[in-house]
Amino acid sequence: MAECHPVGFQWVMEAKARGAKVIHIDPRFTRTSAVSDTHVPLRAGSDIAFLGGVVRYILENELYFEEYVKAYTNASFLVGEEFVDSEDLGGLFSGYDEAKATYDPTSWGYAGASEGSVGKGGAGGADKGHAEGHSLGSGGPSVDPHTIQRDETLQHPRSVFQVLKRHYARYTPEMVEEVCGVPKELFLEVCEAVTANSGRERTTCWVYSVGWTHHSVGVQYIRGSAIIQLLLGNMGRPGGGILALRGHASIQGSTDIPTLFNILPGYLPMPKAGADESFESYLDTIRNHEQKGFWANAESYSVSLQKAWWGEKATVDNGWAFDYLPRISGDHGTYRTVLDMNDGKVDGYFLLGQNPAVGSAHARLQRLGMAQLTWLVVRDLNMIESATYWKDGPEIETGELKTEEIGTEVFFLPAAAHTEKSGTFTQTQRMLQWHHKAVDPPGDCRSELEFFHLLGQKLRERLRDSELERDRPLLDLTWDYPVDEKGEPSADAVLREINGFGPDGQLLNSYLQMKPDGSTSGGCWIYTGVYADGVNQSARRKPGSEQSWVAPDWGWAWPLNRRQLYNRASADPDGKPWSERKALVWWDEDQAKWVGHDVPDFEGTKPPSYRPPEGATGPAALAGDDPFVMQADGKGWLYAPSGLLDGPMPVHYEPSESPVRNAMYHQQGNPTRETFARKDNLQNPSAGEPGADVFPYVCTTYRLTEHHTAGGLSRWLPYLSELQPEFFCEVSPEHARERGLEHLGWATIVTARTAIEARVLVTDRVVPLKVGGKTIHQVGLPYHWGVGGDAVVSGDAANDLFGLSLDPNVHIQESKVASCDIVPGRRPRGPELLRFVEDYRSRAGITVETGNQRFTS
Amino acid sequence: MDLGKTFLSWPVVRQLTGDDPLGRGKAAQSARTAALQPRTKTADRVVDSICPYCAVGCGQKVYVKDEKVVQIEGDPNSPVSRGRLCPKGSASEQLVNSPGRVTKVRYRRPYGTDWEDLDLDVAIDMIADRVVETRNRTWQDLDDQGHKVRRTLGFASLGGATLDNEENYLIKKLFTALGAVQIENQARI
Repeated sequence: MAECHPVGFQWVMEAKARGAKVIHIDPRFTRTSAVSDTHVPLRAGSDIAFLGGVVRYILENELYFEEYVKAYTNASFLVGEEFVDSEDLGGLFSGYDEAKATYDPTSWGYAGASEGSVGKGGAGGADKGHAEGHSLGSGGPSVDPHTIQRDETLQHPRSVFQVLKRHYARYTPEMVEEVCGVPKELFLEVCEAVTANSGRERTTCWVYSVGWTHHSVGVQYIRGSAIIQLLLGNMGRPGGGILALRGHASIQGSTDIPTLFNILPGYLPMPKAGADESFESYLDTIRNHEQKGFWANAESYSVSLQKAWWGEKATVDNGWAFDYLPRISGDHGTYRTVLDMNDGKVDGYFLLGQNPAVGSAHARLQRLGMAQLTWLVVRDLNMIESATYWKDGPEIETGELKTEEIGTEVFFLPAAAHTEKSGTFTQTQRMLQWHHKAVDPPGDCRSELEFFHLLGQKLRERLRDSELERDRPLLDLTWDYPVDEKGEPSADAVLREINGFGPDGQLLNSYLQMKPDGSTSGGCWIYTGVYADGVNQSARRKPGSEQSWVAPDWGWAWPLNRRQLYNRASADPDGKPWSERKALVWWDEDQAKWVGHDVPDFEGTKPPSYRPPEGATGPAALAGDDPFVMQADGKGWLYAPSGLLDGPMPVHYEPSESPVRNAMYHQQGNPTRETFARKDNLQNPSAGEPGADVFPYVCTTYRLTEHHTAGGLSRWLPYLSELQPEFFCEVSPEHARERGLEHLGWATIVTARTAIEARVLVTDRVVPLKVGGKTIHQVGLPYHWGVGGDAVVSGDAANDLFGLSLDPNVHIQESKVASCDIVPGRRPRGPELLRFVEDYRSRAGITVETGNQRFTS
Repeated sequence: MDLGKTFLSWPVVRQLTGDDPLGRGKAAQSARTAALQPRTKTADRVVDSICPYCAVGCGQKVYVKDEKVVQIEGDPNSPVSRGRLCPKGSASEQLVNSPGRVTKVRYRRPYGTDWEDLDLDVAIDMIADRVVETRNRTWQDLDDQGHKVRRTLGFASLGGATLDNEENYLIKKLFTALGAVQIENQARI
């Protein structure tokens, strides 16, 4: 955090100064480790074993927050009799289909669940092609809360609590040591600190970044921490939570208002071919009529979006123009698309402030794919490697590509900087902040707002006379934004459209005002209220020193300016703060409403004693002590009966490429991970497969303070380039001795994909780990550099080393861990490099099938 | 020539006679240095902004003189950052005024060996033509099972995490209306 989010880290240091204990769990020693109380180096890719160990420690020692667990989680819910745990099936849950490498999750449901009520909602279900986990967004999948059977004593053998206890019984400190390489004493120090600092008076928070998401089982890493936080009562409370530190200025915003294939604004799913034939059937996949919570109002959010996009043309008679939306079928994620590019199936590509030739996994495949395009539009501030691969990419040097033979037409359009346009970024805490335009962009530089507005106008002109039905969505689109004298559309007008309008043309104050009858509009329901009272709330800048510690008058956080989600859980079931020290919101009996420091994330006047009448659904079905208001049962999920494709609870699997055999289960890797067995995506053999010893080491990637991801915003700046001029690898002194690597010399790092070179930093920041009785060396690689001719500094790209193996829920790549070899000296040049890598492949006996067997027979 | 003034303004004299006996402060300051002012003082205006790098969202103050950004500082009023910026945020003046920044459209024709100049309007027209042509040629009304899909898989887009919400909104809205679905950004990566 100190390395990649340094200014946010000041608050960790403030907490430390007040007595908080700071623990850094990371394969890598960083600026964070340097000032933490404890640094816990662990083997990359072993975190679920570690987190599961913490869960076991909490349960075995009865250190969970009992009242919180009983009242606010699904601990007391009974799981159906058909469910069989991974402990009893060698690492697989019930419902696994070996041939398809997918689960039928039906058996994971709660006992007595009605047919179809579980595993269906929020675009749920078992069809892995649809990235359901991701499309659930801020809500959970649908379940029918009325049929749930409970055992308040938590003693029933099929209660979630007991299922959890059995599931993690083998995650002992000794097992953690064996799998993670973390000494038992150090692990127990973490367990003791976390449990001692949780409860009524104290809270613990967990902070993660892409070190947890870049895995073939990444979603389950986060689930592991969610289980811990729910057991310890750390959700919805000040100082608690699971904090995702995101790496781009508005990456949260580009998820909320998604430039993502599987969702529409506000986490509404994209309709699916074959499944969502009508608007009604589409809605039924989002909201089960029986469920609790605010997703039950999905129809209002969805109709309002259709009205924002198609205005008068979206009518009740045409199902609110639902058929204007294209349908998805399966994975259309960026990696699937790049494979399709390599197969010549994609003509055109827009790159908008993104540099996949350096920043995406299997960067080599990215460049080879782009060389197959007919046309490419790159919009950026600088001449990034993704714009110049056709003349100076590594494949030109090896002879795999020849400039004169690449038929791609490339348009480079310079972009406006943040100072040259107005608009909002949504930062990592879901807070929108408006930035004001300071100056005009120079030369041909333009904002994306202007470019896309203009492109839309030109496309509409070209198709103006079309009578084709396919062109109606474009021609009927609301696209009349006011522009200034220079042609720049008003970002303010766009934000107003996102906020939404009521029947009288007034700006809406809250998504609760949205109606399913077409009388309201709103481009992103969770952002409704950013223009409450006709004021751009995101532009508010009341000094922090002049307001409370919650600082509600700076910017605006979705939803409804709530700064902490699910903060009803900061009070006990009766509505009183768990402790004065940790008070956030509470029920005020005299005023008969929820009050406090933050905006309550609960219906304002619903008393804690409220119990829903029989047959109630939607928000009305939420009891006064159901704090998780977006969940279909109002509870925090220790066990996920639906919504995930790889199991209801996290299980330790080895990474897709690992020199270590899974010590816990027969099943080696995630049995449902998304693999691509192709000649251009070869995998290293893992432990247990022949040839695994050719790639005996573990490599991982990370960032440095002085650079930004693929370098598009940093390697062109002389200041930052001077601070971190050159690509390097970090290795331990023991590892350097074993391989003859010299400090400040060169090393070549090899995987089945390619070999790259880096300067060597021999440092005791990297610690050899004892795993399963053998020493495992890890190689650390900052991934900011790329090969090209235009940046101030360049170098080989670490992402060239990684192949494609994805988390099945969200299609995110495993690029935080792979196996590799490392040898002294620079890599071969030109075609020699290809022969060098080919030699490794043949020594390891690599075929297209290697490493792509998901089921361990 | 005013000998007295010249003599008295010698640094060594000032060091011996003034309140800076070690000669490391005012005594060593030249007239030129004394007359210097920070760019933050001489700016024509100060504009509220937000750092464009990571998602912490630090407040920035953008100092503008003669319609140029001359300095970017942390905003002390921000309850997020309290005036601080990291090395990247502190370098953001150089980001917007970078010597390597490209400000003209560049065009590489198919099989071309170098960049060429191209007028911005012509470029956008050409891109619109490419989109229409690709979309028409790759349009799918139905998938191979006969389900309606009304889409094109002929072109894709990647990017958005560095852009404004309003920009992402127009990108998603326009591409969805065109039937394009392979719209992605860093959040998948």
